[in-house]
Amino acid sequence: MIEMKSVSKWYGTTQVLNDCSVKINKGEVVVVCGPSGSGKSTLIKTINALEPIQKGEIWIDGVAVHDKATDLPKLRSRVGMVFQHFELFPHLSVTDNLIIAQIKVLGRRRDEAKKRGLQMLERVGLIDHQHKFPGQLSGGQQQRVAIARALSMDPIIMLFDEPTSALDPEMVGEVLDVMVGLASEGMTMMVVTHEMGFARKVSNRVIFMDVGGRILEDTTKDEFFGKIEDRQPRTREFLNKILQY
Amino acid sequence: MATLDFSFYTWANISNYLLSGLYFSVSLTIAATIGGIALGTVIALMRLSNVKLLEYIATWYVNVFRSVPLVMVILWFFLLVPSGFYDLFPGGSGQKYRAEICALITFIVFEAAFFSEIVRAGIQSLPRGQTNAGQALGMTYAQNMRYIILPQAIRNMLPVFLTQTIVLFQDTSLVYAIGAYDILKGFEIMGNTFGRRIETYLLAAVVYFVISFFLSMLVKKLNQKIRIVR
Repeated sequence: MIEMKSVSKWYGTTQVLNDCSVKINKGEVVVVCGPSGSGKSTLIKTINALEPIQKGEIWIDGVAVHDKATDLPKLRSRVGMVFQHFELFPHLSVTDNLIIAQIKVLGRRRDEAKKRGLQMLERVGLIDHQHKFPGQLSGGQQQRVAIARALSMDPIIMLFDEPTSALDPEMVGEVLDVMVGLASEGMTMMVVTHEMGFARKVSNRVIFMDVGGRILEDTTKDEFFGKIEDRQPRTREFLNKILQY
Repeated sequence: MATLDFSFYTWANISNYLLSGLYFSVSLTIAATIGGIALGTVIALMRLSNVKLLEYIATWYVNVFRSVPLVMVILWFFLLVPSGFYDLFPGGSGQKYRAEICALITFIVFEAAFFSEIVRAGIQSLPRGQTNAGQALGMTYAQNMRYIILPQAIRNMLPVFLTQTIVLFQDTSLVYAIGAYDILKGFEIMGNTFGRRIETYLLAAVVYFVISFFLSMLVKKLNQKIRIVR
């Protein structure tokens, strides 16, 4: 479904992605972790070309993302993305946040879009908040609306860029619950996160990235959380740090 | 110093000279604000586009108009644009309202430079994530601007727009240079008629003050309201 082949990226002379290759099959949940500055967020953003790449290839469902001739808006409309800071549109109500892209991008009729949007809002448990504005919601609620907004577009894959790192601890659970639900229904997902509990529970594979944008490990979940002695030294160090408390 | 005489300050006298001038000044302010924001938005988008040529043109546009006094622009336009231009307007109205048309066009063109900087600041003040979110949903650049970025940028900048509009309203008095009939012109004629120019200029100042002060209060109120919503 998604294939990245030897992807490299530079900001000026600083290399932020170094020869990254990843393959994600349909229905797989892949968690990407690593220290800050390792290029996790950059990696996930190259998939829908929010970040351009200088070298390598990225394919989504047979479409070449790296090809200049590719209709990027059309491609992006099929790829759901959830951001660290939610990025709901503050000037639009929850309902309008859910339907605007359905109407303007997918060309759905308003009632059709609203029906789909509210279905998704129901599913993240926020149907009572449809008339509110983003500013009136808590962080966790905003993130759930953001997930519903992405789902309303009927994406073939969902990308999550640190979806819980801007949240108060007590709100992390409600967002992860929604994501676990999605995973169990077979949604293809790529998730940049430090939530190792989530990775352990639902992921199929774990990718570990290190400073300089290199993929150090790409293993099955069981392997990753199995014998820690089998991990690379850098991974071990990282895991010890974040699993310490 | 001559003694002041306010005995001719009757409503009948004042309204006679005030109203049509007031009407023009206010119309010019509103039209120049709307036109200036529209043209200013285009210029801001050109400046923020990654097309070097457009960026270059827009940057120069802004720099030139911000570095030249408005009254000069008005005079140049009035003196340099050939009379044939005014024939383009229907029924000889162009020739009749030559000064007014000239004022309207120069104000829009001039103010656009200032409004474009406000729009640009408004766009740049939005978190980059908003653009990303629109893009990630599949919006084109134009859709993203139209539905996501500009509505927020303009809303955030509303108080600054209104402040600029107050300045603009005061600047409309500069059209006296080409003889358009605005507030100042009305009072000037009144002063000449009654031989009392100091008194009528004083009155003109009061009119400008009252309107500008009222608008300033409005901006303050609006600021508080926006702060609550944000």
